[in-house]
Amino acid sequence: MELALEILPQVLLDGIVLGFMYALIALGYTMVYGVLEFINFAHSEIFVLGAFVGVEVMLLLQSAGLLDTFHPAVILLLVITTGMIISGFAAMALERVAYRPLLGGPRLVALISAIGASFFLQDGLRLFESLWRNTFYLNYPSLEYLDHTVPLAGNLVIPVKSMLVIFTALLTLAGLHFFVNRTKLGMGIRAVAQDPDTASLMGVPVKRVIALTFFVGGALGGLAGVLFGIHYSLVNPYSGFIPGLKAFTAAVLGGIGNIPGAMVGGMILGLLEAFAASYLSLITNGAFGAEYKDVVAFLVLILILIFRPKGILGETVRESKA
Amino acid sequence: MSATQAAFGLCGYVAATCLLAFLFPQSVLAFLSFQASLLLLYYVDAPRKVKLFLGASVLFVLLPALGWLNGYYLEIAIQIGIFVALALGLNIVVGFVGLLNLGFVAFYAIGAYLWAIFGSPQANAFIPGGWFPLSPNWFFVFLLLSIAVGALTGILLGLPVLRLRGDYLAIVTLGFAEVVRALMNNLDKPINLTNGPRGISPIAKPPLFFEPLLQFIGIDVPSAMLYPLYFYFLILIMVGIIILVTRRLENSRVGRAWKAIREDEVAASAMGVPVVRMKLLGFAVGASFASAVGVLFASKQVFINPESFTFMESIGVLAMVILGGMGSVPGAILGATGVTILNLQLLKGLSLWLNGLRQSGAELVIPFLGSYSLSQLPAQFEPAKYERMVFGLILILMMIFRPQGVLPPAQERKK
Repeated sequence: MELALEILPQVLLDGIVLGFMYALIALGYTMVYGVLEFINFAHSEIFVLGAFVGVEVMLLLQSAGLLDTFHPAVILLLVITTGMIISGFAAMALERVAYRPLLGGPRLVALISAIGASFFLQDGLRLFESLWRNTFYLNYPSLEYLDHTVPLAGNLVIPVKSMLVIFTALLTLAGLHFFVNRTKLGMGIRAVAQDPDTASLMGVPVKRVIALTFFVGGALGGLAGVLFGIHYSLVNPYSGFIPGLKAFTAAVLGGIGNIPGAMVGGMILGLLEAFAASYLSLITNGAFGAEYKDVVAFLVLILILIFRPKGILGETVRESKA
Repeated sequence: MSATQAAFGLCGYVAATCLLAFLFPQSVLAFLSFQASLLLLYYVDAPRKVKLFLGASVLFVLLPALGWLNGYYLEIAIQIGIFVALALGLNIVVGFVGLLNLGFVAFYAIGAYLWAIFGSPQANAFIPGGWFPLSPNWFFVFLLLSIAVGALTGILLGLPVLRLRGDYLAIVTLGFAEVVRALMNNLDKPINLTNGPRGISPIAKPPLFFEPLLQFIGIDVPSAMLYPLYFYFLILIMVGIIILVTRRLENSRVGRAWKAIREDEVAASAMGVPVVRMKLLGFAVGASFASAVGVLFASKQVFINPESFTFMESIGVLAMVILGGMGSVPGAILGATGVTILNLQLLKGLSLWLNGLRQSGAELVIPFLGSYSLSQLPAQFEPAKYERMVFGLILILMMIFRPQGVLPPAQERKK
């Protein structure tokens, strides 16, 4: 019991960091689902692409010897913006190539195409990195500044890395909230999500709004990818699959199509996973350990879909024929 | 071209390619053109008897004979058989009932582990008495058992999730497969059920019950040489049974109910089709096929571990069904054969060829751009490693340009 209390702050911190990452990825799923009612299965690869753009930018800076000359904040800003922009455009390109031709057809057709795109992108990244760097397991160069820790209350410390994740995510989420609810473009997204046909009659350029949604979702995924890379440092083309699946779970948990829902769902899932990873072996006396954290996440998904398919934050999805 | 001419042409083609494959045992192309004879048989309009005779002689005589001389051919044929059986199983779920199952490999894994655990010393770890491995004679019992277990797991998974909408169902089945894989990976403690990532071996092979008979007629071959042929015929029979069952189901009341659900669930239910029960049945039938194939796979491989049952496999089988044409039995067979050949022969062949080029160190002269030494080809550039890319491309291109597949079912063709 004492041990359980002792690790609690650490577990909470891990859970919050993980939760913000899931929330950022989940937003991409949820926004696209909102406007198109379709699961963008390749979003996890957009996320990984962000991580790879980040590592490439940092490696290029390093080989140019600039990694130590600039202030870490400048470097981070550069890495994050490049990652977001490239991921956003990649998501837009994906929509143009693999989804738009299928618009209006059966939903499963688009889903299968998305799965194909996901597989294609995984190996595409691998091929590119293999030819370019002769390996596709890349390590983020460490920024010394990020490994510092800041003391919090008591003997609790918080690494700068984790703070970076939390603050960037909070800032972005606030920005997104403003964008969706206070700007004209955001209003377009909401209108298309409510009813694309009527929106189109009201003069909303539906196709462009869909492309914009993919861009915003992709940029958020790319941001999550860069943060993931900085925080866990090792990336490979296949490392998006499991986080992507969990972020989707988070989106469903919060109510798919619902933007605040994705944030709430991500946070809940992150905390749940951190708790499962640390406490499962304590509760079961070592019989089941941290390796079951993925099982817990998927069981949550299955249970939610069975008992509350609309998610925690309720109904915002149109019910239409499958 | 008259039917008789076609028949002669077919005979000639089969004989010629068989001879080629016999004369050039190293040539992938020769074997490929021999395999193509079956496709040709399906397409060419010739008397039914001739086609049946040729098909039977290719499957039952020529291919085993070639395989006897070159074990690699037999291995490919067995792999193709396994994937054809899996694709036919998934075709029922995706093609007939219209439920996208992304975790199909889970049922395959369950069948494989069922025999692996009891057909190897593994079960001794949790059942005292030292009874294991079970004698090979139990193989057929487990084959039957696996059908029941597969159907049961299919129903157990289906019961809660079949009420979900299509794309949610896809993700839940995917999650289910990941849970199954995590369990296989981690159930080596607290009780060692699956031996975790280290996998299980040696798994018993099926019994050679006909060996005394062979010796009686004077054929005395070591059993190590018999097994590949044995597995070949086992999978051939299994695929035959699966095709038969699928065909019968397709044209029955059940099959029509499935297709009605696929086309319009609400309308089907209004017409009195018991939607949930029929969906469950489809799930169960597909799962039981996969599970039975799993048993065969485990005993053929002798060693299995969770790595054989990844999401990748599920997508591979899905790509086969979609390439061939959802809901079409010949399509599923063609898709499975095509993709397996692509994977095992073409991509590997291409990799070997590139490796050869690399080692030869030849210079590639490109006009105006100078020359490029082929020995500098990056070692990572190996087509065999990029099967995901191939599957992905198949899925995207098929969805955009020909969503009904290469050999769509008969009703679709009429449209």
